[in-house]
Amino acid sequence: MTVSLVVVSHSEKIADGAAELAAQMAPDVLVLTAGGTTDGRIGTSLEKVLAALDKAGSGGTVILTDLGSAVMTAESALEFAENPEEMVLADAPLVEGLVAAAVAAQGGADMHAVRRAAESVGGPARQPEDAPLKAIGEGPVTGKGPDFTGDFELVNQAGMHARPAAKIAGGLSGLDAEVTVNGVDGASMTGLMTLAAGKGSVLHVEAWGADAERAVNYVGGLVQAGFGEP
Amino acid sequence: MGRAGAHGGAPLGRVAVALDVTWAVKWLTLSAQAMAEHRVELIELDRAIGDSDHGENMDRGFQAVLDKLAEAPPQTPGAALKLTAMTLMSKVGGAAGPLYGTAFLRAATSLGDAAEVDPAAWAGALAAARDGIVARGKAESGDKTMVDAWTPAVEAARKAAMDGNGDALTVLVAAAEAAEAGAVATDPMVARKGRASYLGERSAGHRDPGAASSALILRAAVGAAA
Repeated sequence: MTVSLVVVSHSEKIADGAAELAAQMAPDVLVLTAGGTTDGRIGTSLEKVLAALDKAGSGGTVILTDLGSAVMTAESALEFAENPEEMVLADAPLVEGLVAAAVAAQGGADMHAVRRAAESVGGPARQPEDAPLKAIGEGPVTGKGPDFTGDFELVNQAGMHARPAAKIAGGLSGLDAEVTVNGVDGASMTGLMTLAAGKGSVLHVEAWGADAERAVNYVGGLVQAGFGEP
Repeated sequence: MGRAGAHGGAPLGRVAVALDVTWAVKWLTLSAQAMAEHRVELIELDRAIGDSDHGENMDRGFQAVLDKLAEAPPQTPGAALKLTAMTLMSKVGGAAGPLYGTAFLRAATSLGDAAEVDPAAWAGALAAARDGIVARGKAESGDKTMVDAWTPAVEAARKAAMDGNGDALTVLVAAAEAAEAGAVATDPMVARKGRASYLGERSAGHRDPGAASSALILRAAVGAAA
């Protein structure tokens, strides 16, 4: 059973918006929200958090929070919960962490792997300016073998970790193409993370299908832009 | 002072105070009154160094506690505190919700389902409450938080429970006085936790609102026994 996610935010709009964003990348994952207080103010409510946890599926639940007292309310909820061993709190930035968690859950990761996916996104992400899809540079894209292939060197300090993996997997899932990266499924965030590819590693991308060229360009653009990271 | 009749043999006309569910409900009721009476004062304190919602949040939270106590009257002090914990965590909204909620919850757990609490058990419950606040808020003494009211209260209650010949009122008074002194002592401190910590040195010269409300609540415990 897929891991469920619970978003605890001071603001109902933030919680709903973050959940909507995650759902776009992970349509099969149950993302529940506990935003704002029961009377519609800014704040967090144990009642709302417990209600969300109650609706979660049986595959384990990962909780993501925003500012300080949301963390405290979520921790309190774990203290009240009847099955606290089936839920964990992720220490991650809300939006990036939620998206990474959602993609991991969509890929079938278990509760602890989903939490790790969320937590490995690190600090507040700087979004890359529109990834330069055409700037492939060193990566020769050819029409041989698989429909298209490319080789791209990781230039960001952290190499392949959860957020890049989420970006690659998330983007590829919207294309009509079968893609492998160093032999693993490019649409699987957890698969990409198992590559443990550091800075300087070369990713060999192979793609088949109608969108194969776009897929290779997409991965290449992200890699060469360093995923928008230092 | 004290109640007439029931314990006719008490020395010096003073009747031993029973820390039972009647006392607990009265304590929570007086706490709610104190939050309502001091609402503006707490708002002013919080406006100086925080987000000015503490008085309003605490008043709202404790009014909700009164409603819950009326809806489902608890049978033990522990049950009254647990109901309070749940309600504060759901209704307060700000950081005070989970902090006070955890304090009341840990105190409730410490008391278990005892019908009446002896002074040593009460001192133990206060310590459990304080430990809960520390665990939840990650604050230490001197950070200019409610911990600065609770820690002296816990120490004073423990000492009074050991020295005080089993007199509950002495323990309650000792805790309240220490919490009040602890709250006053936050005035010159520079905040290291919570919203006030963003102000740095400018937070000095203002009393911490959470320490102030903590002292009011521990003072209400005395009123409930008097």
